[in-house]
Amino acid sequence: MPAEAVFNGLRRVGAGAINAVSRLGFAARFFAVVLIHSPAALRRTRLTLREIYFAGVLSLVIIMVSGLFVGMVLGLQGYDTLNKYGAGDSLGIFVGLSLVRELGPVVAGLLFASRAGSAITAEIGLMKTTEQLAAMEMMAVDPLARIVAPRFWGGVISMPLLAALFSVMGVFGAYLVGVRLIGLDNGAFWGNMRAAIDFWPDVTNGIVKSVVFGIAVSLIAVFEGYDAMPTAEGVSSATTRTVVEASLAILALDFILTVFMFRGMGG
Amino acid sequence: MTAAASPSAAAPAGPTENAVELVGVTYGYDSHRPVLRGIDMTIPRGRVVAIMGGSGCGKTTILRLIGGQLHPQAGRVLVGGQSVPDLDREALYAMRRRIGMLFQFGALFTDLTVFENIAFTLREHTNLPDELIRDLVLMKLNAVGLRGTAQLRPAELSGGMARRVALARAIALDPMLVLYDEPFAGLDPISLGVVGKLIRELNDALGITSVVVTHDVYESLKIVDYLYFVSEGRIIAQGTPQEVHASPDPFVRQFVDGASDGPVPFHYPAPPYAEELAVHAR
Repeated sequence: MPAEAVFNGLRRVGAGAINAVSRLGFAARFFAVVLIHSPAALRRTRLTLREIYFAGVLSLVIIMVSGLFVGMVLGLQGYDTLNKYGAGDSLGIFVGLSLVRELGPVVAGLLFASRAGSAITAEIGLMKTTEQLAAMEMMAVDPLARIVAPRFWGGVISMPLLAALFSVMGVFGAYLVGVRLIGLDNGAFWGNMRAAIDFWPDVTNGIVKSVVFGIAVSLIAVFEGYDAMPTAEGVSSATTRTVVEASLAILALDFILTVFMFRGMGG
Repeated sequence: MTAAASPSAAAPAGPTENAVELVGVTYGYDSHRPVLRGIDMTIPRGRVVAIMGGSGCGKTTILRLIGGQLHPQAGRVLVGGQSVPDLDREALYAMRRRIGMLFQFGALFTDLTVFENIAFTLREHTNLPDELIRDLVLMKLNAVGLRGTAQLRPAELSGGMARRVALARAIALDPMLVLYDEPFAGLDPISLGVVGKLIRELNDALGITSVVVTHDVYESLKIVDYLYFVSEGRIIAQGTPQEVHASPDPFVRQFVDGASDGPVPFHYPAPPYAEELAVHAR
């Protein structure tokens, strides 16, 4: 009996591993097919612009408000710590570097996954559940070209713009707290920031990160929607998986990219 | 009402070429449980043919095989003389442009208006100017009596209206074949009559061929030329509506009369009842 239990356990682990690998393979093929359909989808600019509106423009409020508050908190916490070492004037550098290099892409990516990623998955999953994708197939219109590719590119294009906006709002929030509330010198705040932050590599590294996060979140969102079980429970699970997988992917990719960027800078 | 009967023999005079042929078709979603076992079916051009049977008997699977969404494990599926499983993607899409399909609950695109739903295939597959597309859409909507709903969203339509809009969408490209998946499911008696009448009238007016998958026996008998009865993956009876009415076949009788027990048993197979309840002889 114990031997049977062990075999059953091994069988379950094996089945789980096979399922995970096969799903990964399916996702890779799915990505390749989406890329193949992308030129045609991008040529129909109205479709992609519509998705940029849904993924990007409708995420503006949460991104801007979050950026503002993160920046204000950074301003308060940063000033408190820096001031202990007599470096309160360096607040602009601290906030600018933190946001541009790290917090902007990562926090905007996490918010984007929760707001736009989950919406994309739920929309595609519901279209599958209500047979809209099957109907499209039967009308000789490929849903990967008409539905998936524009949503993928809408997300990829929106994400870096949202991350940049998050950083801008964050810097503005820190300015409000540091200069307007605490009374730091306006010239020192902006001057130190301009002197310490370079377009290359600081800003470009942030842009690279946000582009990579945009690809990861958008791919996970469209794949989970397309692969969702066509039931209410299936769409709900797929939406949850999008947020969890996209968030973990952002954090893991952030670490990997940071390692390469630091090595690249000789750090 | 015999297995040798054929829909072309029973139907009114017209073109004899078959729109759809299924020859010895076997299909299963997994290798252990075939859903269809050696189905033979002929659907001549210009006819309205119903495929009937209980839930889960494989009716919708037949439609998916005809539309090329599934491939048979054995046998041949021919549409307009072309072998559907052998078509490459481009040829399959070219064939689908000549087929309209009405899904069970309409499957209208919820982010588009009624007008845009019907214009969808016209915009995707033609380069017609907007004015002409507008006129065509209004003509299709008028044919189903819903021209006044053009600017509504699918969520604002009743179930019957959504089904009629989906029907207008299915005929947008003037197809040669329309597949109906449970077109009467969940409709009130008035909508049911309207949809049935539209299927028949559009079929005759546009010279198309209609395949209606349904379990609504009374509505079907009023509008179709021929019926196939499917049970447990096999065609167990077929004939014209008159033959079905007169048929002594136990399955057909159970289906037409709506009897709860018969060849299709009331009880799902299970161990003996007494054994399950642990009742022992004293």
